[in-house]
Amino acid sequence: MELLGYIIEQTINGLQLGAVYALIALGYTMVYGVLRLINFAHGDIFMLGAFIAYFLITKFGMPIYFVFIITMLSTGLAGYLIEKIAYKPLRHAPKISLLITAVGVSLFLEYFLSLNALFTPNYIGFPRPFEIESYNFAMFTVTNVQLLIFSITFISLFLVYLLVYRTKYGRAMRAVSYDQEVASLMGIGIDGIISFTFIVGASLAGLGGILYGIAYPQINVFMGIMPGIKSFIAAVLGGIGIVHGAVLGGFIIGLLEVFVSAFISSTFRDGLIFIILLLVLILKPSGIFGKRIEKV
Amino acid sequence: MKKYVVIFFLLFFITGISHAKDTVKIGLITPLTGDVKTFGESAKNAFVIALEEYAKNGKYNIEPVIADDKNDPTEGANAALKLITQDKVVAISGPLTSKVTIPVSDIANKNKVPMISGAATNPKVTTYEGKRKPYVFRACYTDPFQGTVAATFALKELKAKTAAVLYDVGNDYSKGLAEFFKATFIKDKGAIVAYESYQKDDVDFSALISKIAMKKPDIIYLPDYYNKVALIARQVREKGLKSTLLGSDGWDSPELMKIGGSAIVGGYFTNHYSPDRKDPIAEAFIKRYKQKHGAVPDALAALGYDATMILLKAIDSAKKPTQEEIIKLLSSLKNHKGVTGNISFDKNGDAIKSVVLLKVEKDKIKYMTTINP
Repeated sequence: MELLGYIIEQTINGLQLGAVYALIALGYTMVYGVLRLINFAHGDIFMLGAFIAYFLITKFGMPIYFVFIITMLSTGLAGYLIEKIAYKPLRHAPKISLLITAVGVSLFLEYFLSLNALFTPNYIGFPRPFEIESYNFAMFTVTNVQLLIFSITFISLFLVYLLVYRTKYGRAMRAVSYDQEVASLMGIGIDGIISFTFIVGASLAGLGGILYGIAYPQINVFMGIMPGIKSFIAAVLGGIGIVHGAVLGGFIIGLLEVFVSAFISSTFRDGLIFIILLLVLILKPSGIFGKRIEKV
Repeated sequence: MKKYVVIFFLLFFITGISHAKDTVKIGLITPLTGDVKTFGESAKNAFVIALEEYAKNGKYNIEPVIADDKNDPTEGANAALKLITQDKVVAISGPLTSKVTIPVSDIANKNKVPMISGAATNPKVTTYEGKRKPYVFRACYTDPFQGTVAATFALKELKAKTAAVLYDVGNDYSKGLAEFFKATFIKDKGAIVAYESYQKDDVDFSALISKIAMKKPDIIYLPDYYNKVALIARQVREKGLKSTLLGSDGWDSPELMKIGGSAIVGGYFTNHYSPDRKDPIAEAFIKRYKQKHGAVPDALAALGYDATMILLKAIDSAKKPTQEEIIKLLSSLKNHKGVTGNISFDKNGDAIKSVVLLKVEKDKIKYMTTINP
């Protein structure tokens, strides 16, 4: 019986981590869908979200729901600007130039923001906007932070699902991801849709940043690297370009990480995640939900 | 014309005076940014105070060169090479953390530049595969001693029967302490119920903590630096785990309470010094430090001061400030009266010193007891 409680508790831990990965993975997958670009700067937008929230809470003492709104708007704007400044001029360049630019933007954000005059390279304690409460059940413990993360993640995942599959914008996005040229012939404004995708993806990453800051209250400018890579793997695992694939991939990676630490050893954890990436790429490169893509 | 002659002689005279004292360059390597920046800042403040003190009646004119290692071994090694080859320093004070000091000490030793670390406690700092690095010294005790004292304290004073250890697998300091703690704890009839490791960039410890929570250990030993410890402590308490937390000198920072909050209260840690120590040298240093920097010096400041003072003492008593001469004097140092106690070096260049045990309370860190080697 004790083992069951232990498994439940570890599952909750894994879901908590997976929820954040899912939020970030959505941005990767949506941008890939419309632009066939792996936006490596996405993990740094996540970091930016955590820092903006930190400044809003400590410098302005803003109530938490405002913090959520303003942070998501600001990271959305950052995503918009990055696309306009760094990616749009290369729209018709070879894909490899775009990829290199994405790596460049990522490194720029990390090292520029780590200047002492800006965010500094130091580890900063993230203020808890509310007191932590743990609820002890017979076999396991849940905290209000975990409940907050679950509810916010599930609501936003649901909203993204509605957006992509039930609205005109979503239909346009799917059309652009299917065939950009034909979509533009059908009267869809490609630039508008691409900007919109970047804004939605980046604000989700910003949301992930706040939740991460609340759950693990310490931030620094390089905090986006590992979650960024893991979310990218999550997106690949689920089938890059597919919305529900990214969500499932995020939860799988989060759960795996926790279960490997819990039952084997935390030393094996990261290695195993990368082995999964290799296996997916060898066995089913299109991911869990991916359809076979004709090689061009 | 006459005017120019006067100016010429005046200039000659002035430069003559400034040349009356020979200039000696010494370096400081310390983490001024990054994950343990409060350590580096304390050490730098102390270094500056030590130099000012020396300038009052020292034989030489000391020119400091300060480098930031970011608590990164590669940055530290680069800084050491720059200080030695470009700036041509005769001696180095620092670095602080073991993982940076081990590569830096190799470089200093190879280039025959005397080096004294204030706070690096890992055995590999002064020895390499059991062989002494003759150019390296330290002003603190080593991890075997610190880990042993912590284990003995847990068993005897806290009456602990079971313990869990959580350490950073990529950090020589954390790993070394975990091993020595475990060895002593088991030898003295205690049980280690969980022995888990994490990695440098980890922030999510929930899986490991749930694992430990199942075993309900009396104490959890956390040999790491303040920012990681504070994060772990929070997650431990959020899981509803009530075990006593026990740690090492890496805890000593004002940030510990800031990030850790109430989670860290009630924890104990081993340290090099306590500001409550009654001693004229310590009191004088604490007073000066408070005046200049507006804060009570932590252990890193005290150790940094002692290390630099020992170095300056050796340089000052040298006939000529050459590396060989400084090493000879450092090796023969006995009973240096420092802020952290009397310092003599053993055959490995490690300071023979007592351990101080401290308890984290709501608004301060309380001195518990001193344990002699």
